[in-house]
Amino acid sequence: MKKKWLLFSSFLILVLSGCDNPLLIFDPKGPQAKTISDTILFSILMMAGILFVVYVLFTFMLVKYRASKMDESYEPPHEEGSKWLEITWIAIPVIIVVILSVVTVRSTTDVESTPKAYANETPLIIYASSSNWKWHFSYPEEGIETVNYVNIPEDRPIEFRLYSYGPISSFWIPQLAGQKYAMSDMVTKIHLAADTPGSYMGKNSNFSGKDFAHMEFEAQVLTEKDFDEWVKDVKETAPALTEQEFNHLLEPGVLGRKTYKSTHLEFSPAPEGEHAGHQHGGDMEMEMEMDMTHESESDIQGEHHHN
Amino acid sequence: MKVDHSLPLEYSTEENKLKVLGFWIFLGAEIVLFSTLFAVYFTLQHNVGNGPGGSQLFELTPVMIETIVLLSSSFTIGLGIHAMRLGNKKAMMAFFGITLLFGLGFLGVEITEFVTYVHEGATMQTSAFLSALFTLLGTHGAHVTFGLLWGSAILLQVKKRGLTPETANKSFIFSLYWHFLDVVWIFIFSFVYLKGMM
Amino acid sequence: MKWDEFFVTGEPMIYAAMVSIVLVSIAIPAGLTYFKKWGYLWREWLTTVDHKKIGVMYIIAALLMLFRGGVDALLMRAQTAVPNNGLLDGQHYNEIFTTHGIIMILFMAMPFIIGLMNVVIPLQIGARDVAFPRLNAVSFWLFFFGAMLLNISFVIGGSPDAGWSAYFPLASLEFSPTVGNNYYSLALQIAGIGTLMTGINFLVTILKMRAPGMKLMKMPMFTWSILITSVIIVFAFPVLTVALALMMLDRQFGTQFFTMQNGGMDMLWANLFWVWGHPEVYIVILPAFGIYSEIIATFARKNLYGYKSMVYSMVAISLLSFLVWAHHFYTMGHGVMVNSVFSITTMAIAIPTGVKIFNWLFTLRRGKISFTTPMLYALAFIPIFTIGGVTGVMLAMASADYQYHNTMFLVAHFHYVLIPGTVFGVIAGFHYWFPKVFGFKLNERLGKWSFWFIAISFNVTFFPLFILGLNGMTRRMYTYSESTGYGPLNMLSMVGAVGLTIGFILLVYNIYWSTRHEPREVTGDPWDGRSLEWSTHSPVPEYNFAKVPEVDQLDAFWFAKKEGRSLTQEGGYEPIHMPNNNGQPFIMGFLFFFFGFFMVFSWWIPAIVAGLLILGTMAYRTFEQDHGHYISVEEIERTENALRGEKE
Repeated sequence: MKKKWLLFSSFLILVLSGCDNPLLIFDPKGPQAKTISDTILFSILMMAGILFVVYVLFTFMLVKYRASKMDESYEPPHEEGSKWLEITWIAIPVIIVVILSVVTVRSTTDVESTPKAYANETPLIIYASSSNWKWHFSYPEEGIETVNYVNIPEDRPIEFRLYSYGPISSFWIPQLAGQKYAMSDMVTKIHLAADTPGSYMGKNSNFSGKDFAHMEFEAQVLTEKDFDEWVKDVKETAPALTEQEFNHLLEPGVLGRKTYKSTHLEFSPAPEGEHAGHQHGGDMEMEMEMDMTHESESDIQGEHHHN
Repeated sequence: MKVDHSLPLEYSTEENKLKVLGFWIFLGAEIVLFSTLFAVYFTLQHNVGNGPGGSQLFELTPVMIETIVLLSSSFTIGLGIHAMRLGNKKAMMAFFGITLLFGLGFLGVEITEFVTYVHEGATMQTSAFLSALFTLLGTHGAHVTFGLLWGSAILLQVKKRGLTPETANKSFIFSLYWHFLDVVWIFIFSFVYLKGMM
Repeated sequence: MKWDEFFVTGEPMIYAAMVSIVLVSIAIPAGLTYFKKWGYLWREWLTTVDHKKIGVMYIIAALLMLFRGGVDALLMRAQTAVPNNGLLDGQHYNEIFTTHGIIMILFMAMPFIIGLMNVVIPLQIGARDVAFPRLNAVSFWLFFFGAMLLNISFVIGGSPDAGWSAYFPLASLEFSPTVGNNYYSLALQIAGIGTLMTGINFLVTILKMRAPGMKLMKMPMFTWSILITSVIIVFAFPVLTVALALMMLDRQFGTQFFTMQNGGMDMLWANLFWVWGHPEVYIVILPAFGIYSEIIATFARKNLYGYKSMVYSMVAISLLSFLVWAHHFYTMGHGVMVNSVFSITTMAIAIPTGVKIFNWLFTLRRGKISFTTPMLYALAFIPIFTIGGVTGVMLAMASADYQYHNTMFLVAHFHYVLIPGTVFGVIAGFHYWFPKVFGFKLNERLGKWSFWFIAISFNVTFFPLFILGLNGMTRRMYTYSESTGYGPLNMLSMVGAVGLTIGFILLVYNIYWSTRHEPREVTGDPWDGRSLEWSTHSPVPEYNFAKVPEVDQLDAFWFAKKEGRSLTQEGGYEPIHMPNNNGQPFIMGFLFFFFGFFMVFSWWIPAIVAGLLILGTMAYRTFEQDHGHYISVEEIERTENALRGEKE
């Protein structure tokens, strides 16, 4: 029995996180995603155990007590229930729920704060804001802004600050961290770090209207050196982001990549601190004055500024 | 129709008992409805946007009048039910009539109050706080309005048909409804107005 | 508004729908006239207050809506079967998955369950009707016209397109400028009021109208499930009423509840919606649990194991169902503390649910299981629903949910809960109680064919979605690129959807075939049942029971059968008091339809007129003196002899 069990669980892990083509969730490239991936695998194992018990019992009952196997005259007994059996199948699930609760609370705490290994470093802050149907990334310290792609340095904690210029969206880079909503009246945060350079898929996972399916971006993890070079390059070659240009970007539509050497935070600050919630009211409305039927020039112009 | 004379008229038939219980359950649903509106109001009460807040808007006098009028109407409808139990149709009708007049008075004051708010530039569209305020008060006011129509219809029936198990049952249920509106108002008075004025 | 904005244009599918609507609306009156059935329809159906007929109408409407929602589902699967598919555009796809969700939950699952409870509950508790038969008819017509209102949005004005959960600000006028979401707020409002009235009605019915001797703890489990469901309805639906009203105010009257300026709060909608929405899930699941309990006990020929713990676990589930709503948006960023609390309450639901699963399994133990069609659905429910349940526990873990949220994993999970939970349940109940209502069984052979198609295809359709979700595929995407690698599993899912379609076609064909060929069932007790509904004739006479049965234990009918005694006292019949038919509920529903329609388009004056007319029907009702009628002893004797005569 025990052997079978081991075999089964290793099979499961193999299937889910197999080497040549692993499922995205089980192929983490950073500590946060790793924590969640481990949590999920653990829960799958536990749940497989429950399924196993139910399926064995189910099969047993169906095989043993089918009418076709029974004597014509067999009359099933009257059974009220059994106190001990019922206590058993309350107690065991209670224990399972307690275990899972502990795991949940601990893993949630972990992924909601700066990754442990980087706890002493100051995170790189990136504002990620959504508008229909694109992502704007502002680097306040570097003073640069990108649209629909984000470059981050490896082995450095990153703090994404999320908000939206329209419907609620959900910021998600599956291989780096779990998702979180971006909303118009408050800023939410994602803490993550990446430990392998490479290009990862990022997207909005929360339905936000017509071209929601195209609301993807590339998250590229660069070495520290490459990242610094990229920032320098942007500062030298990219245009500045004017308010007019930004309002143009906000119009609904699908865009390619864009890169700017200044951010929109100066003239359109994020809804945090004194700009949070209702106080932000007035200007937001003006920005949102958009003509929905106007399909906007879905100018898919690629402006590749990175390496 | 089996009539059990040992019970008050409004409970005297099987159907009447069912209706009273059904109405209590309906009031349970109404409590949830108003609780939700209160929850919405409390969530949004500080979201005044560019509009006025409660302390700038609320005035004690009209609200006190509304409260006194509505509380009195709850008392008079209680007297009406008492008269009904004694079989005194005239007194019952008189008390119900007074109740409805009080209700009308309440509604009048509330409408003037709304008009004042709007004149001060505080409309339902101004801010989330005002949307929630008008919706909460308006829902209560709409209930009172419906109560006036319903109560008048019952009064007409009592006048025409006298105190039968059927009309007594309707009057009793209506009194439950009216008391309920009073209870809701007490919450509005305490948690919207008094708290808002502080 | 111009005509081309009023009618939806530009899509061949829409024109086809318009043509078929016109044809159907010509064909129905024409057919009624030709066969001279107008009077029959009005007298026997449109004005009926008989709970059995109302139940049948609910189920017919639910089957029609199942067709509509099923076509939506097929279109969605077809669109996503291959990468970069051009069958539907984004907007159209959005409308389709939105209506699919609304229709399947509110206009298919709910009415199917309400239909079954209408048919069964009074019979099961030994009552002659529900507490408020007239209100029951009002409930039905409000539901019916609410459903019609939502459905015409497909051709007039445009369907809602912000998802069935209609999150703001996406559902606001700014981002969803068509009248689609006006239909949402009004159609659901009208149907929802009907549902609330149903909840009150059945609560009173079950509390007050049980047969003598039927204590609460001697009620059949289905009755228990409906009692608890009714309580949930009464406490959950007013929240929906408020949410929808605020939505209407925001969209049509310029208020600021969920807007992005002047203090509006978009997540307030999500909270209100799920405070209703999560209990709603249990409103559609608990009755199915009740149905399974009846069916499993009947076909294992054994009393339900752990009756008391079954009841307590349902009570526990109903309480917990109000304490878990925030698990629908762990990702909103409300911190570790809040997320942890909601994780734990959510996982806690697994405990009473597990108790139920084990009690069903142990009902089977030492039983004598016969595999009839209803039993097959009930048995298939256990393993499939358990998958839905354990994935629910996985989703309940907040940290893990950050990776599942909004993905196909979630979609797979709730279909694994709702299809074996609710859909298998209502189909099982449909097969089980069909002979009670119509006097003949559905064909077992066809029934089993359709069962296997449905059960296997279900897994083929939805299991791949778990894997797609874990691979990062989000829900509600109308298209995806080939490089994602999502193609093959989506294609597999499409294959399953076709299989499901075949299964449902077989099910409908079975109704047709059995109506023509199945032998009449004359015993009234075709399955050797345990509860009171099997103690009267099939089809059930208008008054249900010529004499009200008296019970002293659970499964009283079963024991009476075994001991060869009768549940009714000796002595002759007495006249039976029954309510009169009336057209007012139908007219009221009809007026609500127009009221809703005019409101959708903000045509205030017609809307006010319709509103006043509705008040008029209420005034008519309060002044009306209708004391019902008595069925005479002679007539009861005649009916009973005729029904008994068939037996001989």
